[in-house]
Amino acid sequence: MNWLALASIICAALVVAIGSIGPALAEGRAVAAAMDAIARQPEAASTISRTLFVGLAMIETTAIYCLVIALLLLFANPLLA
Amino acid sequence: MNSPLTSVTLFQLGPVPISEAVVVTWAIMAILVLGGLLFSRRLALVPSATQAFLELIVEAVDSQIRDTMRVKPGPYRAFIGTLFVFIFVANWTTLVPGIDPPTARLETDAALALLVFLAVIWFGVRSGGVRGYLASFASPSILMIPLNIVESVTRSFSMMVRLFGNVMSGVFVVGIVLSLAGLLVPIPLMALDLLTGAVQAYIFAVLAMVFIAGVVEDAETPKRTSP
Repeated sequence: MNWLALASIICAALVVAIGSIGPALAEGRAVAAAMDAIARQPEAASTISRTLFVGLAMIETTAIYCLVIALLLLFANPLLA
Repeated sequence: MNSPLTSVTLFQLGPVPISEAVVVTWAIMAILVLGGLLFSRRLALVPSATQAFLELIVEAVDSQIRDTMRVKPGPYRAFIGTLFVFIFVANWTTLVPGIDPPTARLETDAALALLVFLAVIWFGVRSGGVRGYLASFASPSILMIPLNIVESVTRSFSMMVRLFGNVMSGVFVVGIVLSLAGLLVPIPLMALDLLTGAVQAYIFAVLAMVFIAGVVEDAETPKRTSP
């Protein structure tokens, strides 16, 4: 095992681990805010949950980008070819 | 384990390699088109169960377009509805054993995002003319032109990566868990995968609507002089 492969594997793990912290916190805040809004205004629940889903998918995209980068490092690394 | 970024070539059609995702895509397209033709042949005023179900889908798409874009759904129903139904069915092909969803391959998602990119241009030109569409790039102020041009490319790219990442990660995780523990353990993950697939189809359609609505609104409101 050469050093580049080792570095790629460690960096892939770091990318996923660190990159998922931000989206996790953000999703928690978004869901908490949506729950709060639904509790105050139950009649607006359908609109709020629709917007919440779109927002969650947007936030989740950050984590997905990190996953894609990690997979690029592992499977399509130009340095290891 | 196979790389999720490469695709498996099934056979060659002349010089063109045909991958598994292309075959599945064409199968889904054939099923959807044939189903549409078959079930829309005998439409009755008092609907049967299948007709009521199909009308439910069309009504749902219409109401989403009305809520999100605040326009009459007529011109956009075909495009948005097709996007939603196709991605939904494609994501749920994980239910068929041995078939990977074509949206878990980068090429399919790139094609879908490219369609949205072209549709934004098409609807923008159609509602405001070429001048109106080009003027929409300078919509808040003239300083925003480079940013708007960059944005119109990067948001298509981000749609592509979003759909690819979500669907592919589901398939990938199920594959990893399946190689670790065989029976019954991957089932909750597969259920989550189905939920993600449905939500992602919805998200893709909503984002397409938002992008189209942005350019249509810009073209239809009279241009304000920037301060």
